[in-house]
Amino acid sequence: MAQTNAIELRHITKRFGQKVIANDDISLDLRKGEILALLGENGSGKTTLMNMLGGIYFPDEGQIFVDGEEVTIRSPKDSFRYGIGMIHQHFKLVDVFTAAENIVLGLEGEKGRLDKNSIRRTVREIAERYGFDIDPDQKVYDMSVSQKQTVEIVKVLYRGANTLILDEPTAVLTPQETDKLFAVMRNMKKDGKAIIIITHKLHEVLDVSDRVAVLRKGKYIGDVETATATQQSLTDMMVGRAVALNIDRPKAEKCVDRLIVNNLTVLDKEGVKKLDKVSFTAMGGEILGIAGVAGSGQKELLEAIAGLQPEEEGSEIRYISPEGKEMSLIGMDPLDIINSGILLSFVPEDRFGAGLVGSMPIVDNIKLRTYRDRKGILADRAKAQELADRIVLDLEVVTPNTNVIPIRRLSGGNVQKVLVGREISSSPTVLMTAYAVRGLDINTSYMIYNLLTEQKMKGAAVIYVGEDLDVLLELCDRILVLCGGQVSGIVDAASATKEEIGLLMTQFRREDKA
Amino acid sequence: MSGFLSFLSSFSTTLTFSITFGTVILFGALGEILSEKGGNLNLGVPGIMYIGAIGSLVGALWFQGATSGMAASLGVLYSILCVLVCLIFAFGMSMLGGLLFAYLTISLRTNQNVTGLTLTIFGTGIANYIGGSLGSVGTVRADVTSDAVKAYITPLVKWLDGLTDKFNLGSLLFRHGFMVYFAIVVAIALWYFLTKTRTGLSLRAVGENTATADAAGININKYKYLSTCVGAGISGLGGCFYVMEYIDGLWETSATIGALGWLAVALVIFATWKPMRCIWGAYLFGLLSWFYFLVPGLFKGSDKIFQMLPYLFTLLVLILVSLRRKPEDQPPGSLGKAYFREER
Repeated sequence: MAQTNAIELRHITKRFGQKVIANDDISLDLRKGEILALLGENGSGKTTLMNMLGGIYFPDEGQIFVDGEEVTIRSPKDSFRYGIGMIHQHFKLVDVFTAAENIVLGLEGEKGRLDKNSIRRTVREIAERYGFDIDPDQKVYDMSVSQKQTVEIVKVLYRGANTLILDEPTAVLTPQETDKLFAVMRNMKKDGKAIIIITHKLHEVLDVSDRVAVLRKGKYIGDVETATATQQSLTDMMVGRAVALNIDRPKAEKCVDRLIVNNLTVLDKEGVKKLDKVSFTAMGGEILGIAGVAGSGQKELLEAIAGLQPEEEGSEIRYISPEGKEMSLIGMDPLDIINSGILLSFVPEDRFGAGLVGSMPIVDNIKLRTYRDRKGILADRAKAQELADRIVLDLEVVTPNTNVIPIRRLSGGNVQKVLVGREISSSPTVLMTAYAVRGLDINTSYMIYNLLTEQKMKGAAVIYVGEDLDVLLELCDRILVLCGGQVSGIVDAASATKEEIGLLMTQFRREDKA
Repeated sequence: MSGFLSFLSSFSTTLTFSITFGTVILFGALGEILSEKGGNLNLGVPGIMYIGAIGSLVGALWFQGATSGMAASLGVLYSILCVLVCLIFAFGMSMLGGLLFAYLTISLRTNQNVTGLTLTIFGTGIANYIGGSLGSVGTVRADVTSDAVKAYITPLVKWLDGLTDKFNLGSLLFRHGFMVYFAIVVAIALWYFLTKTRTGLSLRAVGENTATADAAGININKYKYLSTCVGAGISGLGGCFYVMEYIDGLWETSATIGALGWLAVALVIFATWKPMRCIWGAYLFGLLSWFYFLVPGLFKGSDKIFQMLPYLFTLLVLILVSLRRKPEDQPPGSLGKAYFREER
């Protein structure tokens, strides 16, 4: 070897708890002066692997070499010491500080006094060298997402990083901002820096990287030179072959339009488009799967329907009741939806944030949904208790009791059973679930699948947001694929292949096509 | 005409009292700012000021006992030593109160509001318990401490007197105990520390966004403990000033320290966590507390309505600040929250 590698990972293994192996015997090299794209589905272990370089996690097994020498990285500080700078998806910046203050935060200077002029000068030098656009005196709360990202990158360069790790840096950027970032990355490469970029967007991988390494389900699949790769070849490496799960999927009989969504557009707090003109129809009597890499707009879609997200002008959500009555859900909050007699149930992604109150027992959590059933000021405890007992019995919830122990103390699977049980107990006509089986064991997962199928056979329109493509293909009737807030395709689950969906998930449509 | 003159004279007296109360409040508020900038909302300030008050009395008593008969031979040095001992005892015992709060909220992660309120009850109780028993031991020879204070700054006063006599400002500006000026120095020092030094920047980062500070390699616990303890020490000096200067070394039984302690907490909000704004804010609060002096025809009871003025002002500031929505005027982002490092 003429030159040593910037980073070498040897046989890295990381486990979470007994069952989950996030990284399984991974060996990976990063050469000096190259841009390496790390590719993989959700949960394939990319971020976990990088976090071990960033000092967030410590590997259970394996070795890390920096510039040919073995190192031990136990904290972000260690990571800095070896010249590794990681830019996380969620920025770590203090809002009321200026760019310069954030950049020097935590550094020990020669003097106790902050020498703002010299900091400013160094920041400007770095900016000029790589072509960043940054004002050292701008407060972070005044910045756009892309400016905040710039501060994060300058921060690691200021600390003398030679290796940069960017965790999905383009997820929050507009195409123009992405081009700017890539230009900066090429400048850094020319300067001899080594860069790892995690991204789901295949055209970006092909655009910016020199080499692509692929992970799947915690295992290292292999690497290819970008010049010889195509979108199709990368997708095949990423998703692998389909696995048979044998989920029972009875054919739905009487499918009727239940929820019609047209041109749904949702902006986040910063004004970034999270959903862009999404249109589809969910039918009673079928399970509509929603696939997409994390953060493609799944959460916003469900929340917009549930009345938790304001929709932009021109969006249309119509609900057609089993009796054929039609009404618009635009501008309704959850209470409006309940009051207009729409039986809409929502199992949110964040169980304790939006679904349940962790410190209350099962019965009280059930009452959250049933207390309106009785007129007057007193809640009907007996009815809620009855329902709680039924859920515990039918869904085999393991709990010492239903009225004392805080629900947070139950295991994840049991919590999820209570939540799903509560939501389906009202015989909904629309049932939306987000990552309903995340963190659950196989048996509980199958139980949830069966419950959803049961609801579908009763005529409910079930919307299932999931991350495991194998499950989506076997459980759902149709699958809607989201990519960057847009619908990149709706496929028939019975005939679609995993590769087809994988390609749709990463096929980011350029503005001109939209 | 004579009515106007008597108003003027009572106005001048009121201003002197205002500055005294303002100084008590200022110490309390400065300590609380330091603590809150590190993310620790210590509602135990009134209790800690009580602890500081009793601490200084205990210190003075101990000093007088230990050095009885030496006063004459030591001269001015004796007075200065006595003042120093008072300050050290007040500061040290208040820090212990802060340490208790820090251990409970930072290490054991108890709720800060509840812990702070409990500390106020605890501090008030223990100080009054000790203060009550001091009565039978005998009061502190107050003239020792206040004389010491005056001796210390006499040359300064003399020089300034000549300067200000023609404006008749002397008595208002320069005849206070040295701690009035010391409080202003502390405020300026705190401002400098928070805005101009690396350590100050790190401390503000801890209070604003603890996770970010942690990721930047800042020792969260060290910063939180130190800011809470030193902050409590500074707050305690307010209690020391009250018993030593305002009531001349007696134990106070009117619960005024507690009331001023709550005003200190209100002043932190009023000053939007800025030490420099605290200075004039404290004197304004002092003036507002004595405002009923200037209103003719009040009887006991109806003066209370005027004593709520500082709180009313704080409410107004809160409303104004939330209307303006300027991020710099908001409380530190992580204020009142216990910090758990993110684990998967």
